[in-house]
Amino acid sequence: MSDLMAGLHQPGDTLLHRLPVGAKVLGLAALSLSIVVVRDVRAAPVFLLVTLLLAALARVPLRSVWRAARGVLAIAVVAGALQWWWYGAEKALETFLDLLSLGLAALSLTATTSINEMVDALARWARPLRFVGVDPDRVALTVALTIGALPGTIAIARETRDAARARGLDRNPRAYLSPFVIRVVARAQESGDALHARGIGD
Amino acid sequence: MPEIRFDSVAVRVPLPGRGEREILARTTLTLTEPRVAVIGANGSGKSTLARLVNGLVRPSSGHVTVDGRDVVRDGAAVRRTVGFCFTDPAAQLVMPTCVEDVELSLRRTVPGSEARRERALEVLAAHGLEEHAHDSVHSLSGGQRQLLALAGVLATEPTVVVADEPTTLLDRANTRRIGHALLGLSQQLLLVTHDLDLAARCDRVVVIDDARVVADGTPTESIAHYTSLVDT
Repeated sequence: MSDLMAGLHQPGDTLLHRLPVGAKVLGLAALSLSIVVVRDVRAAPVFLLVTLLLAALARVPLRSVWRAARGVLAIAVVAGALQWWWYGAEKALETFLDLLSLGLAALSLTATTSINEMVDALARWARPLRFVGVDPDRVALTVALTIGALPGTIAIARETRDAARARGLDRNPRAYLSPFVIRVVARAQESGDALHARGIGD
Repeated sequence: MPEIRFDSVAVRVPLPGRGEREILARTTLTLTEPRVAVIGANGSGKSTLARLVNGLVRPSSGHVTVDGRDVVRDGAAVRRTVGFCFTDPAAQLVMPTCVEDVELSLRRTVPGSEARRERALEVLAAHGLEEHAHDSVHSLSGGQRQLLALAGVLATEPTVVVADEPTTLLDRANTRRIGHALLGLSQQLLLVTHDLDLAARCDRVVVIDDARVVADGTPTESIAHYTSLVDT
């Protein structure tokens, strides 16, 4: 998961890299909406093919495609199995393929857009909110930090789980959850101090 | 060199139901030397002293100024000139990749994403990290992470660098590497450290014990005082 979230951006000069962030986000929204709205099992492989072509156009390395697909696969398998039980095989296949397509479409955006490009775009889009007292830079930075904090939080979760196991307390949720929450809050405090020290948000 | 001035500064924290605890007793210091080390035992008040310099900790009484600017009243202006390096770089590196983290530091000073990217790559190259520009910050070694954190601080061209135990989590080779980078800075350096070899290479060493400055002088005098404290 940390590999998926961290360093996903692949620098490059493809058409998708050169497109403005706004166009890419709108395109992703339109494609995602189509995938969700069109309820036809015959459309699902077409959408998957389109998103695979997009990933190829963005020259996303196969390894990254596999990592992203692996993350979504687990959810897609569970969702597909439930759909099979409730509605049958056709619906299950459609749900499974649609979820993979959504994951790949999102991957094409994140692989061709750096976090800082995203922050700049979000800050631009949030500018009108200035009139109601919202700082656009802070809004954009908050989103970026939320994304950036995920790998660190996952690392803390792993360390805390290992520490609980080492003490033979792996079946005790308190031995895992309490230090995990304390460490995440402490890390948030430290990161806040570090941002403050860098003058970000002054 | 800039002048860091602590004028009768004290820091106290409230203890629930038990009054207050003094974490830095009334301290008056004027630091103008290029490299000043602060040494002392864990919990003695060293980090508090360092954090006062860019307003991360506010004095309960007294004033801290950097080149005449009060760190509480003119906090934003002071932080533009004082860079801060933390013990654990993981808390300091908040962006996914190395180049993006340096770009974050440059947001305030370099307008335009292309110019920022170019400058960030130059900064990374200056610290021997150009090969890792697009790597995840989580994939770096401890020494590389600390070097990246330092690069992010230096990208904004501060006049003072405060480093709070920057080598505590590092092995000997990386301690040497980071120490060499810090002591070679053209900026004024305030270095909080447990590494007496590093402290010995500074121009002035301040010893803090139990929230008080107990020695302040040349490295030889101050380190001798500190080792006598530890040995007794």
